[in-house]
Amino acid sequence: MTALITGSSERVTGTRLLRREDPKLLTGEAKFIDDITQQDVLYMALLRSPMAHARIDSVDTSAAMKMPGVVAVFSGADLKGDWVAPMPCAWPVTADMKNPPHYPLAADVVNYVGDAVAVVLASDKLSAIDATERIVVKYESLPVVLDLQDAASDRVLVHPDLGTNTSFVWEVTPDKAKVDHAFATAVHVVKSRYIQQRLIPSAMEPRGVLVVPQPYGGDYTVFSSTQIPHILKVMLSLTVGISETKLRVIAPSVGGAFGSKLNIYSEEVLALTLARKLHRPIRWTEERSENAQATIHGRGQLQDIDIAADENGKILAVRVNVLADMGGYLQLLTPGVPLLGGFLYHGLYDVPAYSFTCTGVFTNKTPTDAYRGAGRPEATFAIERSIDRLARKIGVDPAEIRRRNFIPAEKFPYASAPGLVFDSGNYLPNLEKALEMVGYPEIRSEQMKRRSGGSKKHLGVGLSCYVEMCGLAPSKVLGSLRYAAGGWESATVRILPTSKVQVVTGTAPHGQGHETSWSMIVSDRLGIAPDDVEVLHSDTSIAPYGLDTYGSRSLSVGGSAVFMATEKVLGKARQIAAHKLEASADDLDYKDGSFCVKGSPDKAVALSTIAFEAFTGHDLPEGVEPNLEATVTWDPPNFTFPFGTHIAVVEIDEDTGATELLRYVAVDDVGNQINPMIVEGQIHGGIAQGVAQALFEEAVYDGSGNLLNPTFTDYLVPSAAEYPSFELGSTVTPSPTNPLGVKGVGEAGCIASPPAVINAVVDALSDFGVEHVDMPASPEKIWTAIQSFRRSR
Amino acid sequence: MFPASFDFFKASSVADAVSILSREDDAKLLAGGHSLLPLMKLRLASPAVLVDISALEELAFVEDKGDYVAVGALTRHHDVANSELLKSAVPILPFVASKVGDPSVRHRGTIGGSIAHGDGASDLPAAILALDSDLVAVGPDGERVIQAKDFFLGFLETALRPNEILTEIRVPKFSGGWSYQKFNRRAQDWAIVGVAAVHNGSTKISLVNMASTPIRASAVEAALADGASVEVASGVASEGLEPPSDLNASADYRRHLAQVLVKRALTEALG
Amino acid sequence: MQITTIVNGRSYTKDVEPRTLLVQYIRDVLGLTGTNVGCDTSSCGACTVLLNGESVKSCTVLAVQVNGQELTTIEGMATDSGLHPIQKAFQENHGLQCGYCTPGMVMAAASFLNENPNPTEREVREALEGNLCRCTGYHNIIKSVLAAANAMEGAM
Repeated sequence: MTALITGSSERVTGTRLLRREDPKLLTGEAKFIDDITQQDVLYMALLRSPMAHARIDSVDTSAAMKMPGVVAVFSGADLKGDWVAPMPCAWPVTADMKNPPHYPLAADVVNYVGDAVAVVLASDKLSAIDATERIVVKYESLPVVLDLQDAASDRVLVHPDLGTNTSFVWEVTPDKAKVDHAFATAVHVVKSRYIQQRLIPSAMEPRGVLVVPQPYGGDYTVFSSTQIPHILKVMLSLTVGISETKLRVIAPSVGGAFGSKLNIYSEEVLALTLARKLHRPIRWTEERSENAQATIHGRGQLQDIDIAADENGKILAVRVNVLADMGGYLQLLTPGVPLLGGFLYHGLYDVPAYSFTCTGVFTNKTPTDAYRGAGRPEATFAIERSIDRLARKIGVDPAEIRRRNFIPAEKFPYASAPGLVFDSGNYLPNLEKALEMVGYPEIRSEQMKRRSGGSKKHLGVGLSCYVEMCGLAPSKVLGSLRYAAGGWESATVRILPTSKVQVVTGTAPHGQGHETSWSMIVSDRLGIAPDDVEVLHSDTSIAPYGLDTYGSRSLSVGGSAVFMATEKVLGKARQIAAHKLEASADDLDYKDGSFCVKGSPDKAVALSTIAFEAFTGHDLPEGVEPNLEATVTWDPPNFTFPFGTHIAVVEIDEDTGATELLRYVAVDDVGNQINPMIVEGQIHGGIAQGVAQALFEEAVYDGSGNLLNPTFTDYLVPSAAEYPSFELGSTVTPSPTNPLGVKGVGEAGCIASPPAVINAVVDALSDFGVEHVDMPASPEKIWTAIQSFRRSR
Repeated sequence: MFPASFDFFKASSVADAVSILSREDDAKLLAGGHSLLPLMKLRLASPAVLVDISALEELAFVEDKGDYVAVGALTRHHDVANSELLKSAVPILPFVASKVGDPSVRHRGTIGGSIAHGDGASDLPAAILALDSDLVAVGPDGERVIQAKDFFLGFLETALRPNEILTEIRVPKFSGGWSYQKFNRRAQDWAIVGVAAVHNGSTKISLVNMASTPIRASAVEAALADGASVEVASGVASEGLEPPSDLNASADYRRHLAQVLVKRALTEALG
Repeated sequence: MQITTIVNGRSYTKDVEPRTLLVQYIRDVLGLTGTNVGCDTSSCGACTVLLNGESVKSCTVLAVQVNGQELTTIEGMATDSGLHPIQKAFQENHGLQCGYCTPGMVMAAASFLNENPNPTEREVREALEGNLCRCTGYHNIIKSVLAAANAMEGAM
């Protein structure tokens, strides 16, 4: 660790402090949304469209109304007057972006299988679900659009009123002539098309919401399994038309999210609307098969990437065209997701000419939105697959081609061709460390041995070097990207009368361990035990300002705000201490919970004394307010840019096409690490999700727009039996953009791993002349690739 | 999700269960529930009546009967997998049972339930078929014995009558080689293709998920009987079969896998 | 129907509808909400509890089927002297993040370690094949179970 100011002689940051969150989660004490009960509550169930595209001719709710326990049944038409605005899209990426109105219940037309058409409220969950089966909806089917290129052709329109399926075209091409020239004069051009399949985020806890009204006071408390309680509150106020002063949003324990709970969902809006309408508490818990259709999907892109290189494999230009699947509507951040990768298709390579264009199109499928990595996995996959193809084309080792192209360490801060400034980086030692950990030469020689011995078990090694951007900021840059929110985060630090510390953060953790990490930051600065620091979050009444947890932003933005608020409150304590010690504030040292006069350690006053003094206010210096409390809202000057090298080793059974992941080495540089145990946990999980994209998972639709694999029996979330243990290493290149020197780690594993695995698969199949295998690289796809090679001979 | 409403009867004996089945319309037996309850929760099945036989201890046993081992229909996969008697007398059966579902499923699911469900994609029916087992069913007219080869009639359709209960599986002992090859993408999944091979004088092979029912690889068996090599015999593994196509595998790929896995199974069983 | 069960050592007699799933009985009737529901298809194992000492998926058992039987849920693992060694190992090895799959993982591990007190890494991975986790990549879960095996072995 470097440069972290500490007020403690025993450093807590950088240690593997066990998580304070764990005991309640390990014993069943933690309350997830479905664990919260409420007297007199009504259970909500939704009837969802079985048609991908259809006009709603009629909705007959009369039979459902007569079912036992049923209190109310509404169609979309019934509730048309109950909202003041459609569901929000907070990222209108272009001024002319097309955004069809999207309401919690479809009233006229359904646009995907799973689009909600009616809602039942009943005294218990079983009655509510049973009654949905009695609602009779007459549909008039409309032609469906499922394929991305078909959608782009406008042959059939999802939303005929828009006149096109194209929602937007967004481009970053700083200098087109430079790109054209590079391609015209390049020695090597590698053109590739990649498919980013649709993925179902599959947080283990499905979504849920509980709204508790106080009909006479006019207040509403919304409990939701969300990663964005603060943003949800603002958006609910805007869509439902309830004053922000009357809304309190609480995220209880949240069972994973991965972007899928970074949204404003129909059920949240409906539950609040109906609680207002019926003056009753309303609750809803999603079923797993419902989750597969009603919660956003991830990825869903068709990528065309061309790279131009000189005779040595030095990349001169990258040119990208992406067709991105929006699904049936735009959800909160749908159009912005591909853009988060749009600046990064040159990877961590020093590429002078750059062009990226993304076309977002509507289809009759579940809307897409942010899923772990959001845009950066797609970009990383495209460049990391393509650089491997370039290496093969010119006959150099995949490690060597990367060395030749890395942005050199001396170029940081690095101004990239598409217009970002990479904060810090040192790529070469990171790659070399990963190669050493995996034993690269030994694996290559084992691979050759198997090949020459005619083994049917083919070894493949795949490298993936990545850089990503997280901690979206500063706010004014987000404004220039037309993102509707800011990039700041707030923190309040209070030193209580007994000198215990209360931290209020605007982040909303759901597995990331913020309570532990934030307490470590404060503990170090104040020289007190982490257990003496309490961390409050995820309740808009306790933490009024916050921008929540997504995009690997929480530590670099929110953790930094906590650090700065601690610094600020310590500044106030220092003033009081100076007054007490009759010394100048500048003459005081602070260590291990006490201020003392420099050079006179016996002239000291404890923080606990000052805390109580501040509380009583009996003897404070002139102009100093009572109490020790400080709030900081921090807007960072830039994104952070973590990077790393991941290496996958696979074995492919030539007879069956089955791939076994034998080893997985990851060396990540996420800047300073507050708690390495938590950092590693984030990387493990990310790797597993990326490997799942590479080898297992895909949301598959039939020709009518039915999702064919909505359950965990068919949607292949892998288990422990499908993975090896992972081998992790790290390098540390602190970020200069925040006081902690941290970068971000939540998504890194998931960004790096898909190309590592697919590069390994293609490497294993190189004997068969296979140049690419689409994800997920199922045994059948691999077998088919081998077969077509054999047939061609 | 959860099942639609049904009437529930707990059977006090096999005879009681048979009489309830005979009396009630649209009644289904419930044992471990690991085939039926998932279908009912997704509302793919909604029987009007469930007859719970899971507590009939007289149907949970593994007994040495000389030439064969009698396995009670309510013996759980976990108990089949850990039976010392089966491990020594019919080792393929406990091995196959240990590959069904996952440990928690095996603590609950029963061999009789799996066989009576008759799913062509499930492991145990194919093993029973390769072992030429006899299946004992009890109905209103008493007991009858059905040979495994006559038991699996079509997609989720067996020779059991609506008011009959499968009570016992009689598995012939054998001392030769055997193999069970299960190919899937996740450990907990159904087999994409599975192959059970038993070598005891002659060689019997059955296939999982290669047809609407578990099915014997008769072309392979015939080729071997005619003296064909393993290489040649496994080449005809999918002859005459119409395997399903689904998200995990096309019919063509299944045909190919059947050949690969039959070869591996034969190599292991005959080796 | 009226059923009586012993749950975490305590006897309960309750009325349930026949279609009530064991997990609904545990959560909604008994109010023991530590056991979670993650899927419809007995695939994810979040609802794993011990039935007569062995792991079962409580979403795939009817409550009426366990009349007269003994159950242990996650609430029955820790004692007055602290966390169960498996729970402790999960904390010490960072075997959980969001914690939603955790009760099921702990119960599946408890059942498995009872059957196999000295497992290899491979055996632990296969033993947990029916319990899905989306956060940890399983790495630290496996480490936790192996550590728990060591700790429990040492204690015997």
